[in-house]
This record gives sequence, C-alpha cells and structure tokens, in this order.
Amino acid sequence: MSRIKLTTVAFRGTEEQEKQLRNTLMEIRNSDHPSVMTALQQAQAIYGYLPIEVQQIIADYMGVSLEEVFGVATFYSQFTLNPKGEYAFGVCLGTACYVKGSGDIVAKLEECLGMKDGETSSDGKFSIGSTRCVGCCGLAPVMTVNKDVYGKLTVKDIPDIVAKYKAL
Amino acid sequence: MALVNVKINNIPVQVEEGTTILEAARQAGIKIPTLCYLKGVNEIGACRVCVCEVKGARSLVAACVYPVNEGMEVFTNTKAVKDSRKATVELLLSNHNQDCLSCVRNNNCELQKLSLELGCSSHKYDGVKTESHIDASTPYLIRDNSKCVLCRRCVAVCKEYQSVAVIGANSRGFDTHIACAFESPLANTACVGCGQCIVACPVGALHEVEEIDQVNAAIADPKKHVIVAAAPSVRVGLGEEFGMPIGTNVEGKMVAALRRLGFDDVFDVNFGADLTIMEEGAEFISRLKNGGTLPMITSCSPAWVKFCEHNFPDQLDHLSTCKSPQQMFGAVCKTYYAQKLGIDPKDIVVVSIMPCTAKKFEKGRADQSAAGVPDIDYSLTVRELAKMIKSAGIIFEELPDEQWDAPLGMFSGAGLIFGATGGVMEAALRTVYEALTGKEAPSLDFTEVRGTEGIKEATYDIGGTKVKVCVASGLANARKIMQDVREGKADYQFIEIMSCPGGCVNGGGQPIKSAFVRNNYDVKKLRAASIYAQDKGMKLRKSHENPAIKELYKEFLGEPNSHKAHEILHTSYVPRNRY
Repeated sequence: MSRIKLTTVAFRGTEEQEKQLRNTLMEIRNSDHPSVMTALQQAQAIYGYLPIEVQQIIADYMGVSLEEVFGVATFYSQFTLNPKGEYAFGVCLGTACYVKGSGDIVAKLEECLGMKDGETSSDGKFSIGSTRCVGCCGLAPVMTVNKDVYGKLTVKDIPDIVAKYKAL
Repeated sequence: MALVNVKINNIPVQVEEGTTILEAARQAGIKIPTLCYLKGVNEIGACRVCVCEVKGARSLVAACVYPVNEGMEVFTNTKAVKDSRKATVELLLSNHNQDCLSCVRNNNCELQKLSLELGCSSHKYDGVKTESHIDASTPYLIRDNSKCVLCRRCVAVCKEYQSVAVIGANSRGFDTHIACAFESPLANTACVGCGQCIVACPVGALHEVEEIDQVNAAIADPKKHVIVAAAPSVRVGLGEEFGMPIGTNVEGKMVAALRRLGFDDVFDVNFGADLTIMEEGAEFISRLKNGGTLPMITSCSPAWVKFCEHNFPDQLDHLSTCKSPQQMFGAVCKTYYAQKLGIDPKDIVVVSIMPCTAKKFEKGRADQSAAGVPDIDYSLTVRELAKMIKSAGIIFEELPDEQWDAPLGMFSGAGLIFGATGGVMEAALRTVYEALTGKEAPSLDFTEVRGTEGIKEATYDIGGTKVKVCVASGLANARKIMQDVREGKADYQFIEIMSCPGGCVNGGGQPIKSAFVRNNYDVKKLRAASIYAQDKGMKLRKSHENPAIKELYKEFLGEPNSHKAHEILHTSYVPRNRY
C-alpha cells in the first residue's frame, strides 16, 4: 500500500487523446490476444501515465473490473500513476552517483520541493524521479531536469537549482 | 470419462481422468491440507500448503491443481512434504499479525489450525512486516490486512459469485495487498456488502462491523423497549456455532436464548416476510393488470438492490417498491406496535438478527424511517448473536424450546421459506394464485423454483394467465438476467433475486465454514432442506392466512398497497455510479 503513489494532479486529458485511446482499445479488443497489459502500455504511450479516468475507459473496453486493471498497473514497474512534472527532476542513483552521495541529493530535493521521490506536485509543475545510471559517472553525482544536466553536485547546490525552476 | 489408476500413499484408487491429486486423495480417505483453495471458485495453486510428492516429478506439486494420470504415485505425508508445508506456514506467520487471543476468528481460523497441525513455530522467521492499514469505511465490513494471508479467496468470490469485483491484489512482492482500485476506501466503491468475502476468508482479515455493545447497552437501558427478531434462515444456521450439524433447526432454543438475553419482545422477521408477500403480491397483481413495469423484481435482498443501483441504474423501475422484510418489520414495530403499546417510537429499539451483512447498510438507507426514526436500529449477524449468547453464559444446547411472542412473532411457512433461493417466489405464488383465481393452488409446493441452481425458470397457469417466473441467486447470475431485461430479451413477469448463492441460508452473516467443509459439503443445500422441512410440517403455509397479518391490515393498514401501507412499507431507490 505504502509504495503506491496516487497522483494529486488534475486530469488534463484532451479529446484528441481520448479518441486515440478508444481507437487503440478497439483494435486491442479485436486482436487475437486482447490483454489488459497491452492496453495499459498503449494508454501510457498516449497519456504518459495512467490516471483513473484512463483506467476506467480501459476497464470498460476490456470487460474487466477497474480493480483488475489497477492490479496490473501497480504490479509492473513500467507503469506509472503519476504524470511527469513540467520540470522533471531525475537524480541518478547508479553506483557511482550513489557512492558520491546522491541519496542525500534526493533527500534535499524532497525537502525543497515538499514532496517524495516518485511524486508529482499537484499543480503538475514538478516531479522527482530517481533514475539508474545515466552514463556520465565522471560527473557524479548527477541530476537532470528535463534536458538540463547538473553534475558534481553537493547538497548545498540544490536550493538554488530548485529556486531557478520555481521562478520559471 | 476414462478412469485412471493411481496410488496415494500406496493406497490404490481409481478416479476419473483429470481429477486433481487433492480430490483423488479425498477418495482414498486422505485429507491434504489447503489454504487458498476453494472448490470451483479459487483454484490457483498459490499458497503451496497442499504440496505433495509425485514419484518421478522434479519438485513438489500443488495437489489442488495437479491432475492425476495413469499409474501416478503420490505421497502426501513424507518428510519433504511436511517440511515444505511447515516452512510455508511459518513464512505466512512471519508476516501475520498474531493477535490471536483477541481475534474474531480465534478458534475458527484456518491458519491457526494449519499451524497447529503442522507443528509450526509461530516466531520462526520474525522480521519486517508488510505495512498495512485497516479499512473500516463501511457500516458493515472491516478489512484488516495485517491478518491477510493473500489467499485471494475473497477476491475470487467477489468476482466469480457476485461479479462485483471491487477487490483485488494491488502492488507486488512484499507490498502486495488486497484492496480496491486506486486504494479507494471500500465505501466509495460498488461493493454491495453481501459479506461473501467474510465467509470465504480463512483468517481474521475480514469481519463484520459488530453492534453487540450497542445492543447490550440498549437492553440495559430501562427507558428503552428493546424488540428483537430473527430472519428465516437464522434458525438453520445458529446451531452450527454451538457444534450442531449443518442445518440443524434451532428455532425454539434460539427464542429461549433471545429471551434470556433480556429482550423485551422476541419476534420473528418471518412476520415481516409474510407482510412483504401481501404488499409485493398486491403490487405484482396491480402491475400485471394495469400495464405496470414488468418483469417485477423482488427487493428483499439489500446487496442485490445496491448491485442494481450501481450496475443497472436504468432498470430501477423493475424493482418492487416494497421494503425488505427486515425493514417492514421494523416499520411496523415503530408505528402499529408502538401505538398499540403506547410507547414513543423513539424509545423503541428494534434489533434484527440476520444471515447478512448488507442489512447493516440497508438500515441506514434513506427512506427507511416510517416513524421518523430508523425502522431498524441494530442488525446483528448470526455470528454476533452466537457470540452474545456465549458471553452471557447461556448453555445453548440445554435450553428448552420456546415460542415466539405475539403478535409479531406469528408467521406462515411462506414467510419462513424466504430464507432460501426461490422461497420468496414460492411464497408470492401461494398468495397471488389465490388472489387471482379465488382458489387455493393445486399444490402449495412450487418445486420448480426450489433447489440451489443459480438460475431457475418456470411458467405457471394462474386462472388462464400464463405467468413466467425466474429465480436467480448469486449476483453473477443476476447480472446475466438483468442484461436480458435491459435488452428486452427477458419474457418473465416476475423475477426473484437473492444476492448470495443459494439465498440467505448461505448469506455473508451466517456461521463461517472452513474451506474443507465448503469443498466437501453443500452447506446451502443442507440449511435450505431444513427450512423446507419445517414449512412442510406447518398448518399455516400462506402469508395471507397469517392471523396477525390480517389483524394488522384490519386495525391499521387497511388494504395491501393502501396509501398508509405505501407510506410505511414501501421505499425508493437511487441510481449509483459503477466507479
């Protein structure tokens, strides 16, 4: 229970996305091997995450209960119930970064943004996600914010970086 | 089907091909312990408690799902088997809240029994436990996941029997837990409150919201006039809580026990059932004659009503507007009977004893307060009543048989058979037949609608009018019928639906039977047979001949479906969302 992070971000799906979802679900339903798993994958590709509004549509189309859909969505780590924030903070928890103290970076980030790893702020502006090795261990510890990369970080650097994005 | 020869612990047996090891062993007189297995409902081989050794197999196999084949040799009792089962249960115990002494299922817990039988050490693998919380959001059910063993029996009955499917396994691995979609509290889902999950649970993870303390407090309050009444099927369930054979009819002892518990009046909900027939019968005849919405569907089962509201909100016109027997009974107590006694209905406390958990929800519904106060104050399950009797020091087995109090303790066989699937239909037919033809039906036994099958149909010629009826129990069956009704494919005039498979005799508030008993005995059939036997021996078998009912109409209500009857005995429904 504790590990499931429900979103607090209001659903902002478009009519366009819903149309796309319904078409895709029709195709899946008519395929030889209709599965909830495939439906969830396709839905996440469209919306970027799996909010209740989307899972309800999936349940209706696939003829299963909402709980069954949710059970699959929370079983596999590939699925997320949270949208990425407009500014998505990603902290590398790969071996090198971790040894260089990226655990403390995550903690500071959580403190500055007032939310936990894996969560998205309810206005949808920020999200924190820990990542595996991003491939630049020489810069450890590393953090990315969308396409910006910050290397050789210390805990002290974090408030300023956060403030910069808050101001945007 | 072909027969195969197998040996279980060197005992040769011949069984049908495809039989599981578990069943084959049973035929050889050997019991293999199980935990997650519920015959026909939950056959997933998940818990690994039933593992056995098969000669030539690489590893131990799960007996509940492993089919036998010709020449197979199975060993159910070797050291490897016993060690494995023991370790499995010890691991379950390591993540189990071992609050056994104060647990509602103490002495009736399948995990406790397994632990004892397998000689487990309760703290062999102490360590971190899965974080859990208690869902007490509904007025009828509490889920305490700290005691859950993840057998998924509750999930299976919710989906397979009831097609409600609001609970399932969320997350994975050590974090796996049974809950609702989006971790929603149960009260915010389309749960109908039937309680089938409770009676399927092997441990104390699920139980009803108890109202025993409130009832005892009311009894102790000299200002309150406390009335109790028991539903038809309670008398054939209660004895099991005192070690009697399944289906033993303990009506007389139950009345004696209720009186000794200190209730002021000991009445029978069967009276409410007879009253329901008067109202529902009249409503049916009126719909039939005046072109009302047909088929008319019974509304006695509160979980069914809620199911209909959630899943068929566009079909609510089909539901009879009659309150359930429980609610009719309460309404009459607080109007007619209160007036008779000269007591303010606010000082009357009506307690119902029910085979049901949904009744705890029903009593709190809107439009169920005929006298401006709730028709029913407290609704206890059969289990709660047994607990009260035990804690009061009443030696149930030794009680004399006593009679119900007058006048609301008087009932007909028609009211009594409400406790089994088909019973409401049969009771209604006994009365409707006479009302339409002026003659008694050729036989009072409408056997076509009896029996434990999930869906039954029959057509009766009632004075030249063909009446086609349908009886469904188990909400998965009800869903099938309702889809036909929605699509206009159902040519019935009258449908009876009970939520629990087999009706109230198998309700979620009845004594809990272990999986072994459920897998090997048809509990609902045994309890139903006991009810029909009592009906058969009764002189009074038609609701409209119940003298107390006649008097009620004469003195107070006027005619069935009169304006006054409508105000007191009928109700309304609300469309609800599926999510």
